[in-house]
Amino acid sequence: MSNPNMTRDLSADLVKLYRANAHVLADNTGEILNMQRQDALEDFMRLGVPDIKNEDYKYTRIEDYLKGNYDVEFTNDPFKVNLREIFKCDIPELDTHVVLVMNGFYYHDNNLSDLPEGIIVCGLNEASVRYPEIFRQHYGRYARTANDGLIALNTLFAHDGVFVYVPEGQRLDRPLQVINLSFSFRNLRITRRNLIITGDNATCNIILCDHTLSAHSYVTNSLTEVYAGKNARFDFSRMQNENSISSQITHTFIHQEENSVVSSNTISLHGGLIRNNFYSRLNGTGCENNVYGLFLGDDNQHIANYTLINHATPNSTSNQLFKGILDDNATGAFNGKIYVSRNAQKTIAYQKNNNLLLSPTARMNSKPHLEIYADDVKCSHGATIGRLDNEAMFYLRSRGISEKEARQLLMYAFADEIIGKIQVSLLRDRIIDMVDKRLRGELACCSNCDLRFG
Amino acid sequence: MLNIKDLHISIEGREIIKGIDLEVKAGEVHAIMGPNGSGKSTLASALAGRELLEITKGHVTYLGEDLLDMSTEDRAKKGLFLGFQYPVEIPGVSLVNFMKTAVNEQRKFHGLEPISASDFLKLMREKQDLVGLHTKLTNRSVNEGFSGGEKKRNEIFQMAMLNPKLAILDETDSGLDIDALKIVANGVNKLRTKDNATIIITHYQRLLDYIIPDYVHVLYKGKIVKSSGKELALELEEKGYDWIREESK
Repeated sequence: MSNPNMTRDLSADLVKLYRANAHVLADNTGEILNMQRQDALEDFMRLGVPDIKNEDYKYTRIEDYLKGNYDVEFTNDPFKVNLREIFKCDIPELDTHVVLVMNGFYYHDNNLSDLPEGIIVCGLNEASVRYPEIFRQHYGRYARTANDGLIALNTLFAHDGVFVYVPEGQRLDRPLQVINLSFSFRNLRITRRNLIITGDNATCNIILCDHTLSAHSYVTNSLTEVYAGKNARFDFSRMQNENSISSQITHTFIHQEENSVVSSNTISLHGGLIRNNFYSRLNGTGCENNVYGLFLGDDNQHIANYTLINHATPNSTSNQLFKGILDDNATGAFNGKIYVSRNAQKTIAYQKNNNLLLSPTARMNSKPHLEIYADDVKCSHGATIGRLDNEAMFYLRSRGISEKEARQLLMYAFADEIIGKIQVSLLRDRIIDMVDKRLRGELACCSNCDLRFG
Repeated sequence: MLNIKDLHISIEGREIIKGIDLEVKAGEVHAIMGPNGSGKSTLASALAGRELLEITKGHVTYLGEDLLDMSTEDRAKKGLFLGFQYPVEIPGVSLVNFMKTAVNEQRKFHGLEPISASDFLKLMREKQDLVGLHTKLTNRSVNEGFSGGEKKRNEIFQMAMLNPKLAILDETDSGLDIDALKIVANGVNKLRTKDNATIIITHYQRLLDYIIPDYVHVLYKGKIVKSSGKELALELEEKGYDWIREESK
């Protein structure tokens, strides 16, 4: 049973935590970050941590994952270690610009000397001080704290993360790979905040990987704001790979101007709780927005995806496709919404969620939702929850393929539709391999991350 | 090779096959004919190991072993092949990958190393040519978007790839035009040796114009009511199944 007092207590504790450390945050972060904290505080005090009476969180008992004793690092000093010695991404062929982020802090020694002229990649806090004009234009403009306590909470505690700026007409030559590491000797509460600006006619491709590097519990509240200018192309792949006792809440806000194309692809491989919120606003005509996700859950994991695609202007297209495979006692949720405003005529918007349950105790809740105020649109939504196809199993086995291998082939085939949409081919190959191993129940971790404890 | 003794099969408590005896030896081609609903497909899929079917009585030995004791995949690995009446579409699994997995599982079973990429491609090409299966189909998902004829050709292609000892072809001729029928029959005939055997299940006689059976059996209401040489098929063609119905009254 949900205890309404619990979220209230948890929320009160978080407010207390903020108040006790407000001066540390203020001393260590730039003015623009600090300017938004007061509103965020008021919003959070009003909204609190969402409970299951909140329609958007009805399938996810978020408070269960957020409560407990956690340390918080308000400053970036505990580790003066060489991160490159602790962590090496073992996709050596992956030709990317790499930046590391540790416990929400941009690593001081990221080497980005070969970025193309004019493109900025740096820590969020640093950017707020060094590039205040650009920063002010975008920071907190897309992530509204008034509607969701967790967004308010992120803005309240925001201190660092990654800042990316690709100016008008520029092109990031190789993908930028952001590796978020969680590493501590105690349980840790982490806040991450990213801001990505792709100017008019600019192109940018970002790969985001999340890893927990020790057997501690991490509760991460991560928020990314993305601006895509006119004709901009932005491609975003995220791999979520955390241990079973960690929880991750992500919010991705995408703001698109005329004729821009933005795709995001989120592969949730592992984690105790994964809750992803996707908000897209198609603010100019002729936009294309694609939101794809694949989630694989077993044990007692809970994976929830929430979307809100807002067609604010005419002639845009959006596609949502989320696919999940759940085994054991894993639970999942999809709560997706397409909103078409009155003047967004000629909108094309699709939403689909397909789920495969492998055990009788796995559970999935799917709630597709359309809200349409324009009259000349083409929209569809659909959800399925099913098991592996017996006929297909028999067919494969009748050719000598073992039951285990046949299941593997069918599960992989199910997942392939999403993986096939990953544009960076080496990353795609790597994810194919990881998903394959994950579906076989083998460790699907990168190099030195251990996922199975806890 | 295959020896069926007093086989009874039920689906959800309803008896479909009501006591069948059949012996198939290496090198033989048997045709099982019969009107719709006589139990032909039930028999075929029971031999391949379909789970929903309940064997209530009887024995089947295959190559000296108890067939009913084996899993579906082990039957296949030991050389039993079922050509499906309705081949299943499997989105996301490419035909190439499917066949490679199947060939390698079979090789593993026989203690062989996985097939090399070049040998596999060679094998694919050779067998594709045999049944005229276009390369654009082998790169697609299994049976997805295939026409009826392409699906049936694909069954014979898979049979050629796996080189079975006993092939059971369930209504492989249904839905085929005469040219496709010839190609399918030609494939079957080319694969025929003195060491393997084929059971052809069909409603019509016309496939038997191209694949000459050694024996023809008529299955009616779950029993084999008539067995004879190939001339029985012609007699059936001429007189129709009403003749059997009359006789078995």
